Order: sequence, then structure tokens, then C-alpha cells
Amino acid sequence: MRFFAFIVVCLTGALLLYGTGEFPDWGDPNSPASLHLSNYYIENALNDTGAPNFVTAVVADYRGFDTMFETAVIFCGGLACFLLLRDFREKKDHYYRHIPTGVILHVKDSQKPLTIGKEFGYMDKDWVPPDLIIKTVCRILIPFIQIYAMYVVAHGDYSPGGGFQGGVIFGSSLILLAISYDLKTLVKRVKERVLGIFAAAGVLLYAGIAALCMLMGGNFLDYSKLAPLVPWNSHHNIRAIGMLGVEIGVGIAVMAVMLIIYINIVSEGRHDEGL
Amino acid sequence: MSDVLSLIVAKYNYWLYVILMMIGLYGMIAKNNLVKKIVGMNIFQTAIILFYVSVGYKRDATIPILANAHDAHGATAIHAADYINPLTSCLMLTAIVVSVATFGYAMALAVRIYQRYQTLEEDELRMRLSEE
Amino acid sequence: MDNYPALIVVAPFIAALFAGLFVWIDERLSYPIALAGLAVSLFSGIQVMIQVIASGPIQYKLAGWAPPIGIEYRIDLLNAMVLILVAGVAFLNLIASYRSVQQEISDRTGSYFTVYNLFVTGLLGVSITGDLFNLYVLIEITSLTSYAQIALGDKDRGPLASLNYVFIGVIGASFYLLGVGYLYMYTGSLNMADVAVLIKGSEGSSTVLTAFILCILGIWIKMALFPMHVWLPNAYTYSPTAFSRVVAPLMTKVMVYVMIRLMVTVFGYDYIFNTLHLSDAVVWLATLAVLAGGVMALAQKNLKKMLTYIIVCEIGYMVGGAWMGNQLGMTGAILHILNDALMTFALFLAVGNMVYRIEKVDITDLKGLFGKMPWTMGGFVLAALSIIGVPPTCGFFSKWYLILGAMEKGAYHFVAALVISSLICAVLFFKVFEICFFESGSPDHENSHGPVAIEDAPVSMIIISGLVSLSLVVTGFYSGTIVNTIILPFLK
Repeated sequence: MRFFAFIVVCLTGALLLYGTGEFPDWGDPNSPASLHLSNYYIENALNDTGAPNFVTAVVADYRGFDTMFETAVIFCGGLACFLLLRDFREKKDHYYRHIPTGVILHVKDSQKPLTIGKEFGYMDKDWVPPDLIIKTVCRILIPFIQIYAMYVVAHGDYSPGGGFQGGVIFGSSLILLAISYDLKTLVKRVKERVLGIFAAAGVLLYAGIAALCMLMGGNFLDYSKLAPLVPWNSHHNIRAIGMLGVEIGVGIAVMAVMLIIYINIVSEGRHDEGL
Repeated sequence: MSDVLSLIVAKYNYWLYVILMMIGLYGMIAKNNLVKKIVGMNIFQTAIILFYVSVGYKRDATIPILANAHDAHGATAIHAADYINPLTSCLMLTAIVVSVATFGYAMALAVRIYQRYQTLEEDELRMRLSEE
Repeated sequence: MDNYPALIVVAPFIAALFAGLFVWIDERLSYPIALAGLAVSLFSGIQVMIQVIASGPIQYKLAGWAPPIGIEYRIDLLNAMVLILVAGVAFLNLIASYRSVQQEISDRTGSYFTVYNLFVTGLLGVSITGDLFNLYVLIEITSLTSYAQIALGDKDRGPLASLNYVFIGVIGASFYLLGVGYLYMYTGSLNMADVAVLIKGSEGSSTVLTAFILCILGIWIKMALFPMHVWLPNAYTYSPTAFSRVVAPLMTKVMVYVMIRLMVTVFGYDYIFNTLHLSDAVVWLATLAVLAGGVMALAQKNLKKMLTYIIVCEIGYMVGGAWMGNQLGMTGAILHILNDALMTFALFLAVGNMVYRIEKVDITDLKGLFGKMPWTMGGFVLAALSIIGVPPTCGFFSKWYLILGAMEKGAYHFVAALVISSLICAVLFFKVFEICFFESGSPDHENSHGPVAIEDAPVSMIIISGLVSLSLVVTGFYSGTIVNTIILPFLK
């Protein structure tokens, strides 16, 4: 196998290097790749779309259709993990920890579960006592991370950022919650049902705005036709507003899918214990 | 010799991407452990991102965000040579998302396979399959 | 209405999202929503076909940006045919497979229908787009959803088959993406028509040559052409019935379409056949694929797996025809996309019906099945005859064009391979018929729930299976019309 792999790798590498032979030098401003379309985007993006961040203009407007399916790819990823791993069977045995004494209780055969509160806590097979410093720091940090995530989504037109980045930051703030406390804390606060609805609704917001353009008489995704819907808008390019809308949709979907993938993988689909 | 050297220096990003990509490809084909294969796959996809981003780079140019959107006189002339190519960054945003989704799903599959066979080594898996 | 081109792809996409939303609200609604989305798509596809036949290729600018700045859909006769094929097969399969999804994936049907619709969206998007990168994104949607569905099939082997498919699928898609990158480096554009104009006259460029090799290699891997076919049999055998029924007829055929699109629209005949002289080598490869597929099919004990090797063999037909470098061969390849999709669909519908009743379809399990499932077996026989290439069925006509094309080029080895593989198929299927018809099995059949009496599959499954099998004969009769109204005007 190794020998075969080595041969394949050498052949492919040689082919790729042969193809780069005629490339213009790295960073050459006059290479065709930097002239044909790129110049149009750089020179006209601001006038066309009102977004000074050219990447966002290309992502959400000129090639917005790609981005819609890219969001669909992420949605597929989450859905695939859910379909593959989610295990709805209830676990029969439950372990609880009596907090004041530290005694561990074992409840067998799905008897009535104990209520979790001051007296009893959950007990997993890899439970470690929560660290006060970590918990406190994370509790303080998480809201700021979330605010920052929203900032990144909202300023996607003006600065590096956008729906994906913001969504990932928001999702990781919630994953931080799961890591610093435990998975149950996260699952209790953010229900699986909510995540499922958010993931679909986020992509749907994108596709919905795009389809709305079609209903308003334009082509699919043609934001310029949305102008009659926002009559109070006077000094913003209507396309920038459409872009903000779809970025929010992307952010919601990405946030939900990050969590779906994380929760399903760490708990092997049971949503009870894990990292 | 100096010709070859200057060729490599002028295009070293492309050489690096090929090397990185081949490391990933080798890992995908030759490694025995499924997680190592999955990581190899991720390296392989990341190499493509390096390639595209290298294509979009221009000397003496900055990130593709308009630097002087609101100057005192209103409209300003935009020089295309001042900004790197926004299109390749945009394309790679998509490729990153694809590789994240594939990576997440491949990991989920590994979890599933481990649940069923208690191993992630390919030769052991093959042995288990031929026994059944 | 001018928005039909967009609706073809967007309708099943939005339906999938709503189906995914309703999983968490009321799961029973997911199925009708998914079905409605595919119905709208099929309707739009037919409307577009009428428009294209009447007034030539349609161009649709997404987001209103003119290509090459934005993404465009460009629909000519070939696309339109593939679109109707994909939407039609997916729609019929969703009706026929409702019961088997309930049986196999009972606790998450809603999510399954969502994934199914996304898969079809991907295939439709691949067939309609005029943008190289958009094609990549949609190939990835198709791949990711098929990985997910394959893993849902066989509990033991499904995840492994799926992971192998992930590795090979990623290599294929990445090669294609790299090829697009090399093309972009050379031209600065991603629009197919624009790229085609910009690479004219650059026959000697190593960048274009590498781009060409990478794109075609990537698509071949995705298509499972012979030496790169290793992922296909396991992946299709261990997947759930509803999925193997749709992926077997469509996935490889759509990839063949992509190959033809790249050859015709982007790189051009002139570059491939006159500059690179690749025709001979690839036709030899296709000959090998045809023979290897046939021989490996002979060795199989499981009916579903046997059929997957026949798919490998059929891919050889289409690749050989397309690379023949003459009009007859290309006509045969395009006609075979249509015919092979229908034949494979009919076969897998029948096999799905069997799986619904007897769960395991090793050839020895089929004893006496003619008496117990007459309608299903009737459809199976018709489809099998078509694969063999018996005259009134459509399989004969595309093989006829392929043979004519090979004769014109003088590729007699390909002709020989075609004939041999047809004989192998005949041997295979008559072996199956013999077991089903003459060997009497026990009246009861053991399955995991103990012995049960077998009756024919539910009505919804039989009707669709019968309809599709009959359509094989109808398509056969109208082959001349299809060639004259769709394929020849496209190739002009």
C-alpha cells in the first residue's frame, strides 16, 4: 500500500508542478487571474452593491448563489451527523451525585429520575469536579464573545467578517459553555429542537430573501427589486440591506449546525454526556 | 541550476502547496488508522485553499476592503492594483465550509464505526469483516 | 414566466428546507412538502424544455448580474433533457419509496426526506449551471448528501462503505476544484462559455493541459470509471433502498453529462481530439471498463451488488461513445444517458420491491419469486431485456449507435467488448430468471421476523415499477424522435 501511495503521490505531484511551470510568478499583479474579473469587482463593487468589503460583495451578491448552496452544504453536514449518530433510546442506568456528601447513587432500569438541584447533581463516567476559576472566567467571557459574534455578522459589509465567521464565533461560545460546565448544561439551555429549527430557518431566510426577489419581479437573488419593501431606506444601497439579511441567515444556520455537529459527536448521539 | 532555483523562488507558494497536498494524499492512501486518514483528507483540502489564495495574491497590495470609503471629497478613484483579488478569497470561503462539513461528517462516521467494531485500524476492520 | 430555470433547482431546495423545519414541528408534513417541491421542479423542467425546443438555448442570470461577473444558468437541449430525467426519476422514486423509507428508517423519516431533496437539488444544479465553480459546490452537496444516505443503510457495512466513498469522493472533487483553479489562473474567469473563448488558441499551454487532466480525472473518479470504481459497488449495495434507487440511475449519468459538457462547451472537440489525440487511449480504457464490469458482475452472489457492477460496465459504454470523436458515438453516449438511467431505475425499482418483502437479495434467495411477486418480476424481466439490448426496448438503440460510432472510427475492440458484455448480461439475467422461475422455493420465507408468506409489493411500488418498465419500450419506439429533436440539434 505504501509503495502504491508513493507512486500515486509522485505522479500527482509531478503533474501539478508541470502545470505550475507556466504560471506567472507568485504575486504578479499582471497575471490573468488578477485582471479579468478581479478588477471589475474591485472597481465597481462599491457603486454596485454599497459594500466597501469587496469579498462580502462577491460572496453575498455577485456570487450569492454559490453562497446559498454553501450554507446548504453546512446544513447538510449537520443533518448528516444528526441522521447518522442520533440515538433516541433512553439510557437505562443513571448515576447521580449527592452534592453535600459526594456519595454516588446508581438508579437502575429507568426508575423515576431524581430532580437535579442543590442536593443532587449529574454524574458521568468521566466526570471531574468543575473548576471554579474556569467556570467563572467562562461565565464572564461568554456574553462578550456572543456580542462580538453579532458585531462580526453585522459589520460584514465594512470589515473582515460576515455570516460564517460570526456564526462560528457564536457557536463556539456555546461550545465553550459545554466544555467549561458539562454537556447537559448546554443541552438544557439550548434544546435540540431549537437547534434543528434554527439550522433550517437560517438557510430558509437566505433562500426566502432570494425567492422574494423573484416574487417582486426580478431574477432569483436580485436584491435591487427589494427596494419597495423598505420604503424608509433612503441613503443605503438596497443591495447592502439584502446582503445583511442573508448574512444573518447564514450566521444563524452556521451557529446551529456547529452545535449539532459538536453535540452529536461528543455524546455519540445520546445528548447526555460527553466533553 | 540557478534557473531552477529562481523558478522555485519565484513560485515557492505553488511548490509548497504541492508538497502539502502530497502529504495529505499520502496520508489518505497509506495510513492505517481511519482518523489519520481523515486528517490527511483535511490537509489535502487545505492545500487547495493555499493554492487559490496564492493565485489571488498581488505584490504591494492590501486586503480587499476599501481603505478610503469616506474621504472628504466624496468619491475617490479606486486603483485595482492596490487590492488583492477578492474572488479567490470568496471561492475559498466556500471550499473551507465544504471541508468543515466533510470533516465533521467523516468524524461522525469514525465514531459510528468505532461504536460498532471497537477499532479504527483498517487492517483490523478488514479482518473483522472477513470473519463475519 | 421567466423564472422557470431558477425554479427547477430552487423549488426542491426550498421544499427540502421546509421539510427540515417540519421535522421538529410535525414530521408527517415533511413528505408531502418534499414531493411538492419535486413536482414543481419537474413541471418547470418540462416548461423549459418546451421553450428550448421552440426558441433555442435559454440564459438565466442569477442575481441579475451578467456573466462572467455573476453566475449564469445556460440551458440547451442536452441540459433540458438531463433536467427532466433527474426531476422525473427523483419524483417517481419518492412516490415509490415512501413505504420502504418507513420500513428502513422509521424513526427519522422527515430528516431523510430533507436529505433526499437536497441530493436531488445538487444533481439538478449540476446539470443546469453554466459556471465552473458553482458546479463544484453542487457536486459537493450531492456528495455530502449521498455519504449521509449510504451510511443509513446496512448497519454493519454502511458506515464503512460511506467512509471509503468520502475519501475517494473528496479526492475526485478536489481534483476537479484544482482543475478549475488552473483554468482560473490561465483565464481569470469561471464562466464556462467565457473560459472556452479565453483558452482558444492556447493549445500548447501546460497549464491548460493540466487543468484538463485534473478536471476530467476528478469527474472520472466521481463517475466510477473502471480503475477508479472501487467505491461504487459497496456504497450502492449497502445503502437504503430509497437511495440506491435514485443514486444508481442518476449520479453516474449526471457525471457523464458533466464530462460531455466539459468536452463540448469548455475544452472543445478540437482541443481534445486534434491537439491531444486522446481518443484512442480513452476508448481502450472504456473497453477495459466494459469488460471488467461484466466479468466482475459474473462473480457476484448478491443481486444488488451484481447490478452495481453492471453500472460500472455501462459507464464504460458512455465514456467510450463520448470519446469516440465522431457524431455517431456522441449520439449513442447521450442517448445512453437517457436509456441507461431509465433501465437502471426500472431494475432497482424491481429489486427494491423484492428487498421490501424478502430483505436479503442473494441470488439463491430468489427461488420461486415469479409465482409470488409476478408484477415485480415482470418489470424486472423487461428492464433486464433492455440492459441486454433486446430490440424493441430502448437499450438496443443506444447500443446500436455506439456500435455504429465505433465502426466508423474503426475501434473494433470496443464493438467486441460491447457484444461480449451484452452476452455476459444475458447469461447473468437468465441465470436469475431460471432461479426465480423454475426452482421452487419454500412457500414461506424466513426473514428477521420469522417465516412470512410473500406477496407482491404494495400497489404504489408496483405501479411505478410497471410504468417505468413500460417506458423502456416507449422510449425505444421514440428513439428516432429523441435523436432528431434533441441530440442532433445539440451536436450541430
